[in-house]
Amino acid sequence: MTAVLEPKSDAPAKAFQEPVGRSVAASLTGRTGRILVWVLVVFWTIPTFGLFVSSIRPELEVKSNGWWNVFIDPAFTFSNYPAVWGSADGGDNLSQYFLNTLRITIPSVIISVGLAALAAYAFAWIEFKGRDWLYTAVISMLIVPLQTAIIPLLQLFTGGAHIGSIPIFPDLNLSNNIITIWIAHTCFGMPFCIFLLKNFMSALPKEVMEAARIDGAGHLTLFRKVVLPLSVPALASLAIFQFVYIFNDLLIGKVFGGTKNTPLIARLVDVAGSRGQSWHLLTAAAVISMVLPMAVFFSLQRYFVRGLLAGAVKG
Amino acid sequence: MGSLLSSLLTIVVGLGALGLVLTVLYGLTLKLPGAWRNRTQTWLFLGPALIAVFVGLFVPAVKTIWSSLLNDSPRNKKFIGLDNFQEIFSDEDARLVVLNSLTWVIVGTVAVVVFALAVARFSDGMKGERVAKSSMFIPTCISLAGAGIIWRFVYAGPPIEVGLLNSITEALGLPASMGGNGDQLWLTERGFGGISPPDALPGFNTFLLIIIFIWAQAGIAVVIFSAAIKGVPESLIEAAKVDGATNRQVFYKVTLPYIRATIITVATLTVIAGFKAFDIVASSTGGRAGTSTIANEWYVTFFLQNRDGYSSAFAVVLFVLVIPFVVINRRAQRRAEELMAA
Repeated sequence: MTAVLEPKSDAPAKAFQEPVGRSVAASLTGRTGRILVWVLVVFWTIPTFGLFVSSIRPELEVKSNGWWNVFIDPAFTFSNYPAVWGSADGGDNLSQYFLNTLRITIPSVIISVGLAALAAYAFAWIEFKGRDWLYTAVISMLIVPLQTAIIPLLQLFTGGAHIGSIPIFPDLNLSNNIITIWIAHTCFGMPFCIFLLKNFMSALPKEVMEAARIDGAGHLTLFRKVVLPLSVPALASLAIFQFVYIFNDLLIGKVFGGTKNTPLIARLVDVAGSRGQSWHLLTAAAVISMVLPMAVFFSLQRYFVRGLLAGAVKG
Repeated sequence: MGSLLSSLLTIVVGLGALGLVLTVLYGLTLKLPGAWRNRTQTWLFLGPALIAVFVGLFVPAVKTIWSSLLNDSPRNKKFIGLDNFQEIFSDEDARLVVLNSLTWVIVGTVAVVVFALAVARFSDGMKGERVAKSSMFIPTCISLAGAGIIWRFVYAGPPIEVGLLNSITEALGLPASMGGNGDQLWLTERGFGGISPPDALPGFNTFLLIIIFIWAQAGIAVVIFSAAIKGVPESLIEAAKVDGATNRQVFYKVTLPYIRATIITVATLTVIAGFKAFDIVASSTGGRAGTSTIANEWYVTFFLQNRDGYSSAFAVVLFVLVIPFVVINRRAQRRAEELMAA
């Protein structure tokens, strides 16, 4: 996946800022276009808004009329949240699953970004034979769908691997171990992480590298003291992206989570399937699953957008 | 809380140990002669990541392809060639699953690209541009499973609750077959307005699910297109305007061609996301009423029906369907680069 054409240097920042001095002429087309945008914005916002409103309505209200009635006949309560968060009175105990997700996400982000940074540095700044085709091979793994790789990896963790009757990988019986989820997320995310970081690192100024090399720096020093500090924007935005992506993941968490490590999203889907009578609680559960990724993203969006677009520069 | 801390501790210790091992090995390489030093150091940097890709992606993919050529029973494994694939394409329900996925990908990608370009274009320079783009981006932070649940409430029908869509169709006074009575079960109804597609074709409910996909994906496309559009050099636009071009002509004749490569990239990413669409289906319909996609069917046939050969075949079909789009992406990117250089 190559070129996003290189934007003007201040374009990434502009993407989320109010424009200065560059306005579309207020022609009829412009006005129709703006109306279209606001219509779409309303369409895009209403479903989420409806969910939030439903989650703070009492059970009787939710079951008898639609959430838009709060404008006519407001009635609010926060009681849906404790009901799903805790385990009292047959609650869904979401707090436990929220914790599971954090236990899964944070280590996975650290490992995947770390390993990818090492490899990206090698692809960007170490000259070795076969570098280009190896890089292409790794990047081409981006197209392998999760579904095509996940089952054998699961089998590897639960039963080891062998050719015929010769074991080539011991049966570590990792079936309920959280390490399997960390490894799964790292493996599946590796091509993308390497792609993003290598693109960024390749674009670092050659003069800085040369200067450090002349001063006698070896690869480790170059990596630690030059490349890593300069790559902070890309590392930060990759970390943010990985955090949100892994937090919101369903399939890997469901498949590798076993009974002890089920993440929040997998639990949410189970709750969705089983909530016959009390789906007002499902609204609160869904909101809980959304708050943290949204907060993380919106508080850090500046770094994310800058890094995302920088990492996609033609390279 | 304790388990969170212990997990973090495990990570710190584990990574610390790995870092220590790598550093020690690195120190050893410094004793080697020049050429060998470079080589071993390279492998120290590349090693962990390459092992992850090889063991976690490449080998399992090969294993899945092999497994798709075998039968289902765990005890009596036999090579059955392409029989699983034949079953997929001869069974009517399985064929519908494949068609659903293709519909998702084509309809979803075209819609995402068109909507995102429109928003990026018309919001450029208007008041409240940031608000508009941020609000379209919010669904991207929500898990796809969460999106499925949000829209389940929108599409809800009796006996569950008063769903938004039903209220709208009722308020608009549409005919009963279009939800005029406010009691349409949108997600289980394959037809709309009294017309029902044949069993072999995707139903209206599949299109309703695709809307969820578009809703979730467009935001990131808007951000990317917006940056790309703002990156078009002012000089080109001014030159066109001096020649008398209207804003519309400027967009179609200058801006669009300039950001061609970006459009292709976004389209390809959306296609890949569309093929993976498991979360939305699982959290909204579970694949019932003819809404299942390849990714969902793979899950169902492996985990619920225990058919490992058959489900592997679905996984392989998924893989095979993605490849042409990636090839088109590379070709189109190359052409775009040539045109830009010209």
